[in-house]
Amino acid sequence: MPTSLPEMSALNKKLTQTLAETISKQVKHFNKRETECLIRLCNGLLGDQTLVSIHNSKSLLLLVYLAVFHTFDKDSDGYISVKEWIEGLSVFLRGTLDEKIKYCFAVYDLNSDGYISREEMLQMLNDSMIREPTEEDPDEGIKDLVEITFKRMDYDHDGRLSYADFERAVREENLLLEAFGSCLPDAESTLVFEEQAFKDPPGQ
Amino acid sequence: MGASLTRAAQWTTASSGTGKLEITPINESLLKEILSFVEQFSSRHPQEAKHVFKEPLQWSTTLVASDFKTDYDIRLSQEKDSEGHPLLQLSPPTIFARSFSQLSKLVQLANDKKLKEVRACLEGKDPVVKILGPNRTMNELKSTGCLLYFVFRHFHYREVRLSPAAVKNEVELLKHFCSEGEKRVLKSVRYTSDYEFSNGCRTPPWRQVHGDICYLVIEPCDTETLYITCSTAGVFLNGNAYERTSEMHKDLVTLLKSRSPHFAENINKQDFAVQEELPSTKKVQHVESVDAEEQGQPQRSYEHQEKNVHERARQQHTPNKPGGKTKLEPSPRWKSPGLMSPYEYVIIPLSGKIQKKMLRSDSKKKADFSVSSSPGRQSSQKTKTPVGVMLAEAFSESSSESEEDEEQPERRPESNTDLPSEYWQIQKLVRYLKRGNQTATVLVLCAMRDFNLVQETCQLAIRDEGGLEVLLNLLDTKEIRCKIGSLKILREISNNSQMRRAIADLCGLQSMVKSLDSLVKDLKALAAETIANVAKFRRARRTIRQYGGIMRLVKLLDIPDLATPTAEQERDVEVARCGVLALWSCSKSTRNKEAIRKAGGIPLLGRLLKLPHENMLIPVVGTLQECASERSCRIAIQTEGMIKDLVKTLSCDNQELQMHCASAIFKCAEDKQTRDLVRQYEGLQPLVLLLNKVDNKQLLAATTGAIWKCSISMENVAKFQEYNVLEILVNLLTGQPEEVLVNVVGALGECAQIPANRAIIRRCGGIQPLVNLLTRTNQALLVNVTKAVGAFFLPSFRLLWSLLKNPNVDVQSSAAWAICPCLENTKDAGEMLFYFVGGLELIVNLLKSTNKEVLASVCAVIAKIAKDEDNLAVITDHGVVPMLAKLTNTTDDRLRRHLAEAIAHCCMWGSNRASFGEAGAVAPLVRYLKSTDSSIHQATAHALLQLSKEPNNCITMHQNGVVKLLLGMMGSADEMFQEAAADCVFNIRRLALANDKASYGYPP
Repeated sequence: MPTSLPEMSALNKKLTQTLAETISKQVKHFNKRETECLIRLCNGLLGDQTLVSIHNSKSLLLLVYLAVFHTFDKDSDGYISVKEWIEGLSVFLRGTLDEKIKYCFAVYDLNSDGYISREEMLQMLNDSMIREPTEEDPDEGIKDLVEITFKRMDYDHDGRLSYADFERAVREENLLLEAFGSCLPDAESTLVFEEQAFKDPPGQ
Repeated sequence: MGASLTRAAQWTTASSGTGKLEITPINESLLKEILSFVEQFSSRHPQEAKHVFKEPLQWSTTLVASDFKTDYDIRLSQEKDSEGHPLLQLSPPTIFARSFSQLSKLVQLANDKKLKEVRACLEGKDPVVKILGPNRTMNELKSTGCLLYFVFRHFHYREVRLSPAAVKNEVELLKHFCSEGEKRVLKSVRYTSDYEFSNGCRTPPWRQVHGDICYLVIEPCDTETLYITCSTAGVFLNGNAYERTSEMHKDLVTLLKSRSPHFAENINKQDFAVQEELPSTKKVQHVESVDAEEQGQPQRSYEHQEKNVHERARQQHTPNKPGGKTKLEPSPRWKSPGLMSPYEYVIIPLSGKIQKKMLRSDSKKKADFSVSSSPGRQSSQKTKTPVGVMLAEAFSESSSESEEDEEQPERRPESNTDLPSEYWQIQKLVRYLKRGNQTATVLVLCAMRDFNLVQETCQLAIRDEGGLEVLLNLLDTKEIRCKIGSLKILREISNNSQMRRAIADLCGLQSMVKSLDSLVKDLKALAAETIANVAKFRRARRTIRQYGGIMRLVKLLDIPDLATPTAEQERDVEVARCGVLALWSCSKSTRNKEAIRKAGGIPLLGRLLKLPHENMLIPVVGTLQECASERSCRIAIQTEGMIKDLVKTLSCDNQELQMHCASAIFKCAEDKQTRDLVRQYEGLQPLVLLLNKVDNKQLLAATTGAIWKCSISMENVAKFQEYNVLEILVNLLTGQPEEVLVNVVGALGECAQIPANRAIIRRCGGIQPLVNLLTRTNQALLVNVTKAVGAFFLPSFRLLWSLLKNPNVDVQSSAAWAICPCLENTKDAGEMLFYFVGGLELIVNLLKSTNKEVLASVCAVIAKIAKDEDNLAVITDHGVVPMLAKLTNTTDDRLRRHLAEAIAHCCMWGSNRASFGEAGAVAPLVRYLKSTDSSIHQATAHALLQLSKEPNNCITMHQNGVVKLLLGMMGSADEMFQEAAADCVFNIRRLALANDKASYGYPP
């Protein structure tokens, strides 16, 4: 049963522990204690803010940020449940390369049709370069870059990036994991977050 | 600070040292610069800030005691140096400061008086000398290295300098204005010297040192003749003896404008011409000079080349007018908070900056951006900043270390039409790189990686478009992925020596060293790998050490002991491997070896040595064998128990690894304990087995080296012989390169200490090739060959010597006769005799023999021994002189001859000449001349000549009628005899003359 965030605050300690027990069995990468910490954290904060705080919002494009939210919200009910929250964090903080590729592809596939199109790519990269006002077409640079990247990643030459294309490109060059905008925390942020989140709560 | 500051700042008097700074805009901005430098010094360079100056800086301050707050024990800083002097002391109105940290605090205290204080401080006497001390020794410079570097770097940009070419152009231009008629602006312009040095100067070399470029005599139309000095610092009127009598001007036109109203008025009419002509002539000049240098003199000395490079750098500098901006700004897109580099001083050195400017202006001005004709790029690659040069000299490492990274000539297509399309595509990507945010940057970096970056065209394209600066700048951001992407490219292109140098020139190593602190393993590994590539030349290795790179690299090696590593731990191993690769490159510098050891690198390498991966072991053992040339490292290697692992690794099947192992053992086996350990761990047999790989000369050299050093221990020699090493070694005496031969002969020399081995070497036919090697010129080889040959020779010599003790007189005499040629033919005979304790006493005592043959042979031996001064001193002490003198009455011609010879040689020590006279040896010797044997005559003449250097002996000789005898014999055919006889008569005659003069007061 999905439990929405406002209701969470009402849960008492006992319930948290039971919930942690259940969720830690379903979600990879976190043990029971860590799960408990994350639930507590979820109780203490509004979900969205937590995301932002992990994420160093400065580097996060709004577009991608929304996509991240949707990716977390697996059942698309507009809320991120405690379980979704913890599942998301497990990829975020400790995901394997496979999990991260899946996650990133889901983020970049803006219309969730299973492919990243040229247009989606251009949309995501639109503001990534300063326009050269002297040039005839100020967008030429960015269009050129999209074209170069697209050609590089579209292995089956079908004019769109499938998951297979994306996965292969990332495996060949890990830097392409977050090719169209940062959507994962960096190592340092992860470390800082884990340190804070998993420290023993006061009074225990 | 010194050099550039002195040049740039405008002093009121000509000399530096003490003086007042003029109040000019340049000085004002300089002072502000210095002030902010000092203010920030202690926070930026806490280590350097603590460095205590050689002498305190002192100046008259406007501060009073009340300005100092509580943490100063009024007027006295509580911090003290090692000798207890306070680091800051105020005795109004003078203040003393002894470190940068104190200076920093001081200017902070001074508030609005800051500038005044800095000015007063600089006007004090020789601030730089006080900071560093008058005699900057290597060690002092080392400890202040960083500081100096920053100080100099800081002020380097400020230089406003004239170059010979600029002056020449201006003079040419002025000469145009000397034409007759209406347009005449000047009467005449001429140099005082028509001779132009190759560097463009026309002043004597000792003045060039002061920066003087040329002296001019200019006759303006309206005022008196001007005598002008053009120096690198500017242009001024000179008085007698080179001194400055006017203010400094930036160029000739300005000076003339200020002196000649006529010139000032008319030059403005010609201004158009000036503007028009100046740049163009400059440019032509430029290209010509570069061409001449590139092609004309291929064999210039390095120094000369450097110098010219500077000149060129400056020439480019002048037309561009230094903006003083030293910071390469990241793209504005990056300026969002948190993304900016935490290091605010991303300094791009002069050369890079100029290069970029040149490029930009070139490409803007000319549509056809001709690559080959732009001198800027060609020269800037070789450009070292003067700071670099200065430090390079000051820090020159051990002399054995050569600059192995030869500079490759740059290959460039003739014109841009020949450039492949990749060149332009990459240049386009670099431009995107400058404009993109982090996401776009990563995509561009990935796109660049798709090009074949090993290809020189691609590398040049990156560099020419200023891509190196951008790539290195990325390393100073916080964006991990950008850093990784950038390093992936840098790692590829740093395989080219030109790129390596360019990276070092742009301070790239500093950024890479910082990246080693990252939490991201991939980043650390890449940074280390790139460092490994760049550190192929000395300057780079030094930079790495100075910026704490060695310490950080060593830290990468600290991985836990792993039996079955997880995937994550595998990555740790990979990071460690890259770290070792970098250390391997770095360990080629002597000081770095020591730094590796001090950072605790040796035990960590020892742990990695136990890992099974070959790609790890090669750099590990490679580093160890480099380090092993330092004694301290050898001890560490031995005490860490690594000999066992090295021995074990010898038996692997990778020849490169075996070579490094053998080489490490070669170096470590200098120490006895190591030699024993190699034997205990059964490393001798694998070494002998490696001798079979005769085709791999490097491996063979290392192996034979290890065998040589191991065979210094006799136990090892015995063991080696079980594997028939001598036979193999003798076979290697022919047809091998010298680095192998040195070691083979060394090993044979050690083995030959054992009689049985000498027999084996002889039997295998080793003597002849050994003797043949005596004709080689390689010093190391000769030393070993002499030693090996000596091993055969010395024992027989020793035997002969012992035979002198035999009671049989025939044995005694024949042994003595046999010893003579030995002594004669051995280079270090004198030294060799030292090994025979009591031998010299023995031979002197044999002079008591009654047997004529023994006496003659012993005299012959003594004549040979006495050629060595040390030995002569010893036998003199044993009383050889009176004993020889006693024998002089003999009538035996054979004895007489050798006796005379012995006396002649024994005269060479102390007061032996007089002693022979006192012992009555002179008179009998004179009688020898009456003998009929001419060989006696010669020996006797030599003896008499030596003895005649003592006045009393001359008297005796004269009394015995020696002059008449000698004169009678001077007709002899023997020239040696003639000469000796004549000299002897001369000595006697001179004494007589002196005597006459003394007795009668005038010559007879």
